[in-house]
Amino acid sequence: MTAYLKLDHIDKSFARGGQVSEVLKDIRLTIDKGEFVSIIGHSGCGKSTLLNLIAGLTKVSAGAVLLEDKEVDSPGPERAVVFQNHSLLPWLTVYENINLAVSKVFGRTKSKAERHDWIMRNLDLVQMAHARDKRPAEISGGMKQRVGIARALAMEPKILLLDEPFGALDALTRAHLQDAVMDIHSRLGSTTIMITHDVDEAVLLSDRIVMMTNGPAATIGEVLAVPLARPRRRVELSSDRTFLRCREAVLKFLYERHRFVEAAE
Amino acid sequence: MSIQTIEDSKVKTFPAPAKPAEVIAFTAKTKPRFDAVAIAGKLASALMPPIIVIALMLVVWQIACSSPTSSLPPPSQVWNEAYDLIAHPFFDNGPQDIGLAWRVLISLQRVAIGFGLAAIVGVALGALVGQSIWAMRGLDPVFQILRTVPPLAWLPLSLAAFRDSSPSALFVIFITSIWPIIINTAVGVRNIPEDYRNVSRILRLNQFEFFVKIMVPAAAPYIFTGLRIGIGLSWLAIVAAEMLTGGVGIGFFIWDAWNSSRLPDIIVALAYIGVTGFCLDRLVAAVGAFVTRGTTAK
Repeated sequence: MTAYLKLDHIDKSFARGGQVSEVLKDIRLTIDKGEFVSIIGHSGCGKSTLLNLIAGLTKVSAGAVLLEDKEVDSPGPERAVVFQNHSLLPWLTVYENINLAVSKVFGRTKSKAERHDWIMRNLDLVQMAHARDKRPAEISGGMKQRVGIARALAMEPKILLLDEPFGALDALTRAHLQDAVMDIHSRLGSTTIMITHDVDEAVLLSDRIVMMTNGPAATIGEVLAVPLARPRRRVELSSDRTFLRCREAVLKFLYERHRFVEAAE
Repeated sequence: MSIQTIEDSKVKTFPAPAKPAEVIAFTAKTKPRFDAVAIAGKLASALMPPIIVIALMLVVWQIACSSPTSSLPPPSQVWNEAYDLIAHPFFDNGPQDIGLAWRVLISLQRVAIGFGLAAIVGVALGALVGQSIWAMRGLDPVFQILRTVPPLAWLPLSLAAFRDSSPSALFVIFITSIWPIIINTAVGVRNIPEDYRNVSRILRLNQFEFFVKIMVPAAAPYIFTGLRIGIGLSWLAIVAAEMLTGGVGIGFFIWDAWNSSRLPDIIVALAYIGVTGFCLDRLVAAVGAFVTRGTTAK
């Protein structure tokens, strides 16, 4: 069986004013259906660029992104993104924000009543049905991110891309949302790629952790499998030997072997 | 896990309070009579300063123009001679003898048509300029030069083109008010956050859907700034254009009054124009505030 998603020798460089800066170099990765993969690395290592390449928002310089053996080079709803800053449209209510996605993706295949049910089902999934008529400005940051996740899920994506989804949230809200994402992943089995800089988050949520070396010309330094059984509970895991071992491995990679040097230029 | 046991051993029971908590009653609400007084006080504090200033200005004006050799009429003379215009804005005694309110409405109708066209074309062109780097490079210098042309400078050209005064006046309004609408819309479109564009790309919205669902709402605060400037300019332009093209609008009324030396009528007409322009500005601002509610909040 071939891989569900394949990143095939991807290079990415940006040209600005005659100067070419190489951001990513020779990225090779295969991801299976239903897998939860985290990409971790120091800031500036190009992990968000990598996510944008998979989403199709940025074009690869060389190599290819293959989803089910088909090359993807433009964005589409089958690779839904949850943005770090939620990116909800502030002039639409929670319901309308999701409706925008649902009516575009399922406008032809689902009836109006079916679309309504589908929107409400996704709002229920993130426990936000109570706020359906609120505007983004009227709900908290964690709730906005929940709606962002619901919007992405409502597109019924083949791959869910999370771009540091909890980065802007406080620790308690973040924990709640991590639990919500784990719950959704176990229920829907959605293939998920998450960018993060939080080691605990990566170990808690992921089946595999992809560790990036520092840029320029960053690449995948190491891939760590997290052999923890699901469902995972954060309180129990905090003293689990496998959890601690994985955590240590990631920390060692990030802080010993690929120590981040500020202003390395 | 030992968290539960730790909690159990650490949690102490609080001693019961020595005496039950007292209920402190709120003082009774102020009576409505006082509210009325408070509202009246607020109204007075808002209205008194402008009333005093206007009264002072009238007094100064009266004193300055009361000498028999004065070339301009004092307010008392305006009141006496133009009383019909002030007291009966809606009289209608035949084709050229109508109340000032009717004349203002006729001018407003022209503004509505000219400004309405300018709003539609301006937003569309502004969207194009804001979206496309090439359209911006090509059109922006042209816009920047044309927008400085005074309204009336367009009039001879439009009279020559349309061979009629009525469409010429409309064209002058259109061409005067369109520039701020184009430029502000373009700035608004250029400032649409990249995230909203990414959302639309992931959803694969087409150009039209993007325009209606993302671009216009996202740029709405800028668009309404442009519309507000535009309606002010078009009100300036219509009065000037009507003075030259004739007809029954408020601008022509002033010109007509000047030709028959009715200075008090001109002063009353100026007051009408000022109040109407103020109302137009506030109307567009209010519509903008209503339409863009929520869009500026992050």
